[in-house]
Amino acid sequence: MSTVVHLSAPQRRGPDLRELVAQVAFGDQVAFGHLYDAAAGPVFGLVRRVLRDPAQSEEVTQEVMLEVWRNAARYQPERGEVMSWVLTIAHRRAVDRVRSAQAAGEREQKAAARSHVPPFDEVAEQVEGRLEREQVRRCLKGLTELQRESVSMAYYRGFSYREVADMLGVPLGTVKTRMRDGLIRLRDCLGVAW
Amino acid sequence: MVTSSADLHTLTGAYAAHALDDPEREAFERHLLQCEACALEVAEFRDTLARLGAAETVAPPPALKARVLAKTATVRQLPPPSTPGEAVAGRRGGRRRTWTRLALAACVAAAAGLGGIAVQQYQRAEHAGVRAQQLQTQQARLTALLAAPDVRTATARSGGGSGTVVWSQHLGEAGFLADGLPPLASGTTYELWFDDAGTMRPGGLLTTSSGTVLLDGKIKDAAGIGVTVEPAGGSRHPSGRPVLLLPFS
Repeated sequence: MSTVVHLSAPQRRGPDLRELVAQVAFGDQVAFGHLYDAAAGPVFGLVRRVLRDPAQSEEVTQEVMLEVWRNAARYQPERGEVMSWVLTIAHRRAVDRVRSAQAAGEREQKAAARSHVPPFDEVAEQVEGRLEREQVRRCLKGLTELQRESVSMAYYRGFSYREVADMLGVPLGTVKTRMRDGLIRLRDCLGVAW
Repeated sequence: MVTSSADLHTLTGAYAAHALDDPEREAFERHLLQCEACALEVAEFRDTLARLGAAETVAPPPALKARVLAKTATVRQLPPPSTPGEAVAGRRGGRRRTWTRLALAACVAAAAGLGGIAVQQYQRAEHAGVRAQQLQTQQARLTALLAAPDVRTATARSGGGSGTVVWSQHLGEAGFLADGLPPLASGTTYELWFDDAGTMRPGGLLTTSSGTVLLDGKIKDAAGIGVTVEPAGGSRHPSGRPVLLLPFS
């Protein structure tokens, strides 16, 4: 099946990640070392953003990279970029960790304690610097407040959309749609195209 | 197949951000198999969120790399999903089992053929790619199931047609072959269920009265499968008596 998929990828420099994954699928540890070099920073950064605890973030980063090693033969280029694949795994594992660590009651308390929405400056501060961060910052700024809060609380903090709705005091359906149209706007702003 | 309920469709964002709870995620994943537009949107949102994630890049402690690389020595890599061709070749088994397998294989091939036609109709090649990928994945898994050493089948009749369940305890997977089940009224679908000691667990939809489908989810401790008629899009719980009940025995 020949499928031509055009992607505007975040990383165009450096090694060809698809090629590396194909080599890793054959058990190539040297290639895995290179893949680690390219992916471990984004994985660790994202996981730490969600979990906050550096020690746990290291553990989860290790789990993620080993899942990449284990599943390299199952990576499907048609489904997206290598970095998207790896960061989807990373985000899912980080979120799983957040949710499993919190018993129901404890979770609600924490949710209440954390219910303030991060001031935008906080986000801005963390994404200053490189061009990519600059672009993400600019695009986040282009969302409505509710869109930005919905996307940020789910993605950066691991809250389910029900929790987001509770904490923001808006109906479930509103959060659902704001998350979706927020992501549509981000997608267009970042130039993600299939 | 056009059961893309607008309500489920709006969950693409929450799904891509891992913000659904388990039952909703499972329901949405079933929906995703039938909704090309949703699959495409999810893929785009994953890329979008990956950009947000990559913007958080922080170098991990250098010692972590050595630990991870050392661990690879003890972590077994999974093989690629088996391709249809290799799995069909060289099976052995009783005559009846072989026959059932061949009939099923033919159905799978037919389903894939239909998928091919459907795929042509999409104007954007990218849509077709996502859809074809889903079909391929489902087909590869069905083929692997048919080729499993411990595959077994059970058949029951309903109306003028029949239903056959194919399962492998080793793989923990089950497939269902419908052959001329009673025609579905407009706005309804067949839904498959795992029978967990009398509690029915959703196992996916079959939107035609003849066809083959791999059940969503693992067999686990289920005693068999059930088939009911549900409103288009499926239900969380069976809303009527089963059309078929097929025990794993």
